[in-house]
Amino acid sequence: MIEAPDLSLAALAPLLFVFGAACLGVLVEAFGPRERRHAVQVTLALVGTLGGLVTSLLLAGEREVTAAGALAVDGPAVFLQATITGLGALAILLFAERSLDPARSAFVAAAAVPVGSPRDRELMTAPRVQTEVYPLATFAIGGMMLFVAANDLLIMFVALEVLSLPLYLISGLARRRRLLSQEAAVKYFLLGAFASAFFLYGLALVYGATGSIGLADIRAATTESGSDVLLVLGLALLIVGLMFKASVAPFHAWTPDVYQGAPTPVTAFMAACTKVAAFGAILRLLYVAFGTSEWTWRPLVYGIAIISMVVGAVLALTQTDLKRMLAYSSIAHAGFLLTGVIGLSPDGGGSGLAATMFYLLAYGLTTVGAFAVLTLVRDGDGEASHLSQWAGLARRSPLTAAVMALFLLALAGIPLTSGFTGKFAVFRAAIEDGAWPLVVVAVLASAVAAFFYLRVIVLMYFSEPAEDGPTVAVPGLPTTIVLAVTVTATLVLGIAPGAVLDIAEQAAIFVG
Amino acid sequence: MDTVAADGLLAWSWLLIALPLAGAAVLLLGGRRTDRWGHLLGTGTVVTAFVLGLLCTLQLADAGGRPVSVELWTFIETGSLDVPVGLLFDPLSAVFVLLITGVGALIHIYSIGYMAHDPRRRRFFAYLNLFVAAMLLLVLGDNFVVLYVGWEGVGLASYLLIAFWHERPAAATAAKKAFIMNRVGDVGLALAIFLMFAQLGTVTYDGVFGSVGALAGGTVTAIGLLLLLGACGKSGQFPLQAWLPDAMEGPTPVSALIHAATMVTAGVYLIARSAPIYDETPTARAVVLAVGAITLLIGAIVGCAQDDIKKVLAYSTVSQIGYMFLAVGLGPAGYVAGLAHLLTHGFFKAGLFLGAGSVMHAMNDAVDMRRFGGLASRMRITFVTFGLGYLALIGFPFLSGFYTKDAIIEAAFDRGDGWGYVLGGVAILAAGLTAFYMTRLMLMTFFGRPRWDEGVHPHESPSVMTAPMVLLALGSVLAGYLLVVAFPLEEWLVPVFGRPEAAEHVVAPLVVSALVTVVMLLGVASAWMFVGRREVPVTAPARVSPVVLAARRALYADTVNESLFMRPGQWLTRALVFLDNRGVDGAVNGLAAALGGSSSRLGRTQTGFVRSYALGMLGGAVVVAGALLAVTAG
Repeated sequence: MIEAPDLSLAALAPLLFVFGAACLGVLVEAFGPRERRHAVQVTLALVGTLGGLVTSLLLAGEREVTAAGALAVDGPAVFLQATITGLGALAILLFAERSLDPARSAFVAAAAVPVGSPRDRELMTAPRVQTEVYPLATFAIGGMMLFVAANDLLIMFVALEVLSLPLYLISGLARRRRLLSQEAAVKYFLLGAFASAFFLYGLALVYGATGSIGLADIRAATTESGSDVLLVLGLALLIVGLMFKASVAPFHAWTPDVYQGAPTPVTAFMAACTKVAAFGAILRLLYVAFGTSEWTWRPLVYGIAIISMVVGAVLALTQTDLKRMLAYSSIAHAGFLLTGVIGLSPDGGGSGLAATMFYLLAYGLTTVGAFAVLTLVRDGDGEASHLSQWAGLARRSPLTAAVMALFLLALAGIPLTSGFTGKFAVFRAAIEDGAWPLVVVAVLASAVAAFFYLRVIVLMYFSEPAEDGPTVAVPGLPTTIVLAVTVTATLVLGIAPGAVLDIAEQAAIFVG
Repeated sequence: MDTVAADGLLAWSWLLIALPLAGAAVLLLGGRRTDRWGHLLGTGTVVTAFVLGLLCTLQLADAGGRPVSVELWTFIETGSLDVPVGLLFDPLSAVFVLLITGVGALIHIYSIGYMAHDPRRRRFFAYLNLFVAAMLLLVLGDNFVVLYVGWEGVGLASYLLIAFWHERPAAATAAKKAFIMNRVGDVGLALAIFLMFAQLGTVTYDGVFGSVGALAGGTVTAIGLLLLLGACGKSGQFPLQAWLPDAMEGPTPVSALIHAATMVTAGVYLIARSAPIYDETPTARAVVLAVGAITLLIGAIVGCAQDDIKKVLAYSTVSQIGYMFLAVGLGPAGYVAGLAHLLTHGFFKAGLFLGAGSVMHAMNDAVDMRRFGGLASRMRITFVTFGLGYLALIGFPFLSGFYTKDAIIEAAFDRGDGWGYVLGGVAILAAGLTAFYMTRLMLMTFFGRPRWDEGVHPHESPSVMTAPMVLLALGSVLAGYLLVVAFPLEEWLVPVFGRPEAAEHVVAPLVVSALVTVVMLLGVASAWMFVGRREVPVTAPARVSPVVLAARRALYADTVNESLFMRPGQWLTRALVFLDNRGVDGAVNGLAAALGGSSSRLGRTQTGFVRSYALGMLGGAVVVAGALLAVTAG
């Protein structure tokens, strides 16, 4: 007879909240009256994510392993879960914005209708809206929360799939430029499946080498047996799978295409939340399972960090599309985040973990804000994301330009913005660990990166606006809330980040 | 250095920064509503800040100059990372506060007239206010991170103001050049701060200076050299000097305030402030000396062959800051001399720039001195004030420059070794060159036959412009005497640098002064011989000696930049993409262009095909697995 594992419901409350909301969302989709569905779904998704946020905040200080060792509820898990739910709620607000597009929503009403068919043209003007995105996004958020708390590799894999599958779907749901969006979805799906296969194969090899899938057991086995080829190969494949999700070069190729093709609210969601989740899993895997054999992977992560920073910063220089530019910027930021990963001492202490978590929070908030601004600048074909269309934007709409300039400065890491505090924290952590050369490269890469961020600012402020330039839409309530929150957070985390850094520092202990 | 907590007015010294900052915010956010009174608000905040700074300084003097700290809030505080935000009001920051707000206020007033017809005057004042706030933050911060914030802030303001007339391509290019070269320096400063953090765990002045002696020599030298790199970028010192003359594309009040009197001296401030670090590292200090000596010579030589009135003054600035670097590189003996020269230079160079602006105002914004001439009678006030600034700069006896420049040259000789003579000789030679190029400027602008373009009718500027010029001219005359003889700066700065030992003079001061004066007169005389006696050709003669040609081309600084940064960048590109051998164009921002080139070529890997992406991932995975195996096996 199999006994049910002991579940600590209190510790799982955030997960239950979010997954509960997602399941309810499916039921609403099936049985709810169509005309009220949108309002109900938005409310449900927000209640789920905000409920998850509140419950995870209440869990602060909790340290336990539950569900037969499959889930760890510890400082990093709770901090990152709160980050994911908070950013997720902001993204859901962007999904719910209906006053920007004349066709009301950023999502196509019926994705299966072929592009350009008579039915498609009919839909363009029909008042129907798509509401499946809300339960899908909520499921993805739940998967991400599970991902950062997974304490064994199998749960980690399940969480990876739970978060990925809804993302593949909603990437393909753009109302405008549908072919581009669908192409992005297929690419993301194919490459994501490829990466999942790497992860799964790595999992199998590690199991073969250690006889266990639990992170703590793997740690014990590696300490005992040292390293053998199976284990090392397994680790390599696991790293590849996770780095793909975190869009780290050289596993980044999907990022620009998918970021550009997906509906912008979805891009904001992916850029912020997926990054947090993937780095949460990377940190847990490397330090909980392989912390004692860190000398094997440290040089590798070191090298990957450099490649990612350089590739992201250099390639972003010549981008002419803002969404693509932000995609490359996210690749460079993944490299900066890895410098924080390096700055973590083998016992899981050190300032690297806190620094990385703070960076993830700061970067996530800024990125959601930046993409939110992108949804506002529009021309007849939807969003105007080509760089040339942003020329002289400051003259047309000084406030929008100022907000965007703030986000770009934060991404560039200019002092008094959250980006500077984050970079400062991770670089310092890496230096404490003696990773000097890495930080030199990182500082140089930031200098290069500053150039392309500032170029957009210069373009907005110092160029003549084009004759038939885009218009700046007046944001509705949801987008206004998102912008207010992200602007405030970017400034507060830049000027007085002490309190949040403190919280991150206190949360920065893995449960073994 | 023990500090006391602030009380009385000093507790409010944060208002010094907050006032101009609030001014900038109101002007930028207020939009057109503030167009009518914006310039008055901008000027008002700086004048108020000056009054406040003066009162604070008096209170500090009452308390015997004991450094005062003002804790504001804690920027970052966690177990292992601690960056407080606080201000340090000590005699050193006090003199900078007075210089920045004093000269700043005068230049704000001047700008009311100078920018009267510019449609974007409000924006101009907003940027100027932003600059003043950032510069005050730079000199008032009590740790290196706050200094860095101010450092970036003045860089931003400088960039915005150089590019103020961005519809002129030259201005946009100059701004970009200034930005890139400053970034090079900023990277040095950032690395220095990180290094302090890594080695000492603190970035406050107190903490760093207290424990720097315990560090290994190599580390201290590295910190010193990295700080110097930062200082060179900001202060236009060799090898990062090329951006400063180009920065003259900005409006003239900007050149006067930012690129002559205040911002470009931030490097000198940084090195003087970091004196305890340089005390520990003779190597880095020697490099400071070398940089100063090379720059002061380069600036003086190039200044002799320029025809653009503002460029002459710009190279003169480069050269004079070289003097200051030379002084602070001499160690305790030179700090006070360097800072005194910095202050007097602030007066006379700002005055000279305002005078140049007044001339340009009269000549329809022309800058070519070959088209000036005979302006002395048309612009009486400008001529007299400019003339006094000129005499102060060349070190005419008993004017400002005479006292402070001689002090630097004496300090150089006082080193007592062979290098002391070399440095002193270089400084004296440059003093002669300074006299030459400034006399040439005077002769070509104010004397001789008018060579004006058609339709130019020179007229004196309005009094809102001439009044600041008069005040600055007074400063040029008196500042040297006041700072060296009447109220010695040396005494005032004792709480900061300690009391230097009485120097043993290798060469008697009187002899030095006599020598410098003779060389100066020789410079004036040769300028008269070469320029004053004959007719100035309206176009620059093409057949000139190689020396003049080299000087005209700014000693090939741009060529050097090209071959140091742009060419290797191109080679890098070629190595990355071995098939491509097309050059990357873009002469000024070579580095950026090269990066852009490699970017677009690297970007070709982004084909859009899933199959090639998957292949890339597979390749990456193989490399990752191989690397891990190699590490384990090895």
